[in-house]
Amino acid sequence: MENANDILEVRNLKINFKTYAGTVKAIRDISFDLRKGETLAIVGESGSGKSVTTRSIMGLNAENAVIDGGTIMYKDQDLLKKTRKQMDQIRGRDIAEIFQDPMTSLDPTMKIGKQIAEPLIIHKGMKREKAYAQALEMMKLVGIDNAKERINDYPHQFSGGMRQRIVIAIALVNYPEILIADEPTTALDVTIQAQILDLMKELQAKTNTSIIFITHDLGVVAGMADRVAVMYAGKIVEYGTVDEIFYNPKHPYTWGLLNSMPTMDTSGTELPSIPGTPPDLLDPPKGDAFAARNQYALEIDTKQQPPFFKVSDTHYAATWLLDPRAPKVTPPDPIIERQKHYAQLTHEAIDKSRGKHIEEQEEQL
Amino acid sequence: MAKYLAKRIFYIILTLFIVTTATFFLMKFMPGTPLTNQAKLTPGQIHQIYKQYGLDKPLWQQYLVYLGGVVHGNFGTSFQFSNQPVSYLIGSRMGPSLTIGGEAMVVGVLAGLVVGAIGAIKANTWVDTTATIISILGVSIPSFVLAVLLQYYLGLKLRWFPIADWGGFMYTVLPTLALAASPLAETARFMRTQMVDVLSSDYIELAKAKGMGKVGIIYHHALRNSLIPVVTIVGPLAVGIMTGSMVVENIFSIPGIGEQFVKSVLTNDYPTIMGLTIVYCAMLCVVLLITDIVYGIIDPRIRINK
Repeated sequence: MENANDILEVRNLKINFKTYAGTVKAIRDISFDLRKGETLAIVGESGSGKSVTTRSIMGLNAENAVIDGGTIMYKDQDLLKKTRKQMDQIRGRDIAEIFQDPMTSLDPTMKIGKQIAEPLIIHKGMKREKAYAQALEMMKLVGIDNAKERINDYPHQFSGGMRQRIVIAIALVNYPEILIADEPTTALDVTIQAQILDLMKELQAKTNTSIIFITHDLGVVAGMADRVAVMYAGKIVEYGTVDEIFYNPKHPYTWGLLNSMPTMDTSGTELPSIPGTPPDLLDPPKGDAFAARNQYALEIDTKQQPPFFKVSDTHYAATWLLDPRAPKVTPPDPIIERQKHYAQLTHEAIDKSRGKHIEEQEEQL
Repeated sequence: MAKYLAKRIFYIILTLFIVTTATFFLMKFMPGTPLTNQAKLTPGQIHQIYKQYGLDKPLWQQYLVYLGGVVHGNFGTSFQFSNQPVSYLIGSRMGPSLTIGGEAMVVGVLAGLVVGAIGAIKANTWVDTTATIISILGVSIPSFVLAVLLQYYLGLKLRWFPIADWGGFMYTVLPTLALAASPLAETARFMRTQMVDVLSSDYIELAKAKGMGKVGIIYHHALRNSLIPVVTIVGPLAVGIMTGSMVVENIFSIPGIGEQFVKSVLTNDYPTIMGLTIVYCAMLCVVLLITDIVYGIIDPRIRINK
């Protein structure tokens, strides 16, 4: 481990999928860390490689997935080098996962008590009675009413929100060090979403679990995450603390994502969206994959992939706009608003190149 | 559950009544008479025989008389088989038929489940292909062809089993195998399809995420969920075995009920036709009832009374 605070370090991960049409380069050299007790959100649109990343950590990628390089270090062991049997001992004990759709992720023909007790029986060799007693405790912890009566119920006797609580109970019953939540609230309605997110935060505080939170919903990220990594076309394009990503974004793709998220201030008739579609990863573009959809694209974007430029110690973005030689561009108005807010938040002089522009605006106001 | 059963039994009785009625009138429309040597009999003799069996009365009266008998458990006397009571006739010949039919169902369905499950677990490998070929052969080879092949190779050439006749377990092996091919094939096909589906479902993914091993996943999560559609086809398969066993019984000279059914239809043996129809129909209804109950045991979502 490079850093004592890290629980998981992903380095230069590359994953391809062999298909009839050719090799899909789903993950194209990504690196990130997960710190102890933090929540790292990975955001990006569908197909950007969020789920493939977490599946690689779990060792649950489809059979046609080929690891093209990289390491996933957990406690000084490379998870990519482990056999299926070795991974079985880590999955559900040290690293657990919550899936997207609670309506389909529970076995419809098994009592929920047994489903929650299973990880205990598998990993700790517990006897039935003891495992069930602990499963019952877990059910109470995740807020299932009348847990004692309901332990012998089947999944169809629960609502969607309750089922997701059960899935969370299954994931947390062994108090894993890492919890991967793959869009855990996407299939739930908004009020239930909030309850589940609160529950996850509450349980994280109790268990000190590190969470990798996969989502395409930036609204959820703001309330959940400590740090955010933005993924696009199999690469991480920007990462930083949640405040840095929300109030001082540097990558035009992050700008686009934030702009297309409605806020309390959103008015007008049309919600902005990012034009175009993501590139075909069968044949990824040579330069910056976002260039074709990027109104701020420079010529070099089509020729060479941008490296990560440092914005702060915790904030990096892969866009040529941060290169000293790049022309200065003005981000969209809402982003400027966000950056202003960031300036107020931190009481720091922000990045000089934009600073001037914002000062001018502030003078005008 | 008791209420559900009572309701189902009422429907079974209703079904039996409708089937009895329909069969009775359809049967009467069949050409020919129960008399074997009609040409040699005088009209007086014919009339006397008709009167003896109540065949001279109007159709609706015959029907009511028959129905009255059935309600009291009297299925009448066979015209053809030495004037034996139909109930005795069926009772004495049902045994062998039920034995080979039951054995064929158990062997076929169990083997089918295994073949289907292995095919699904090893999907898209040579094992899967082999399993698929087995089920295609099982569906396409008629049971009587298989019967003859089994007689020739296992009976005549290898002399492992008696070629024909009836007298103990060894005699049941070849007919059972001949009859088991089709339920095996059907079960395997359904099992494979469903299990491939189940194995790619989210809850199997969750079981993997729990750290459960391959065997555990199949045993604890995949098998039970794959069984649900298989149960659906067991009913129709049982019917197929019941009615399809006649030819096989003939080939192996089994003193079963199938042969009698064919004979009774050919000779207008009205009481025997009726009796056998009712028995077959009742058996089918019971099989379907059992299927529905097993459904509930396997899948809690369709469990009755909960």
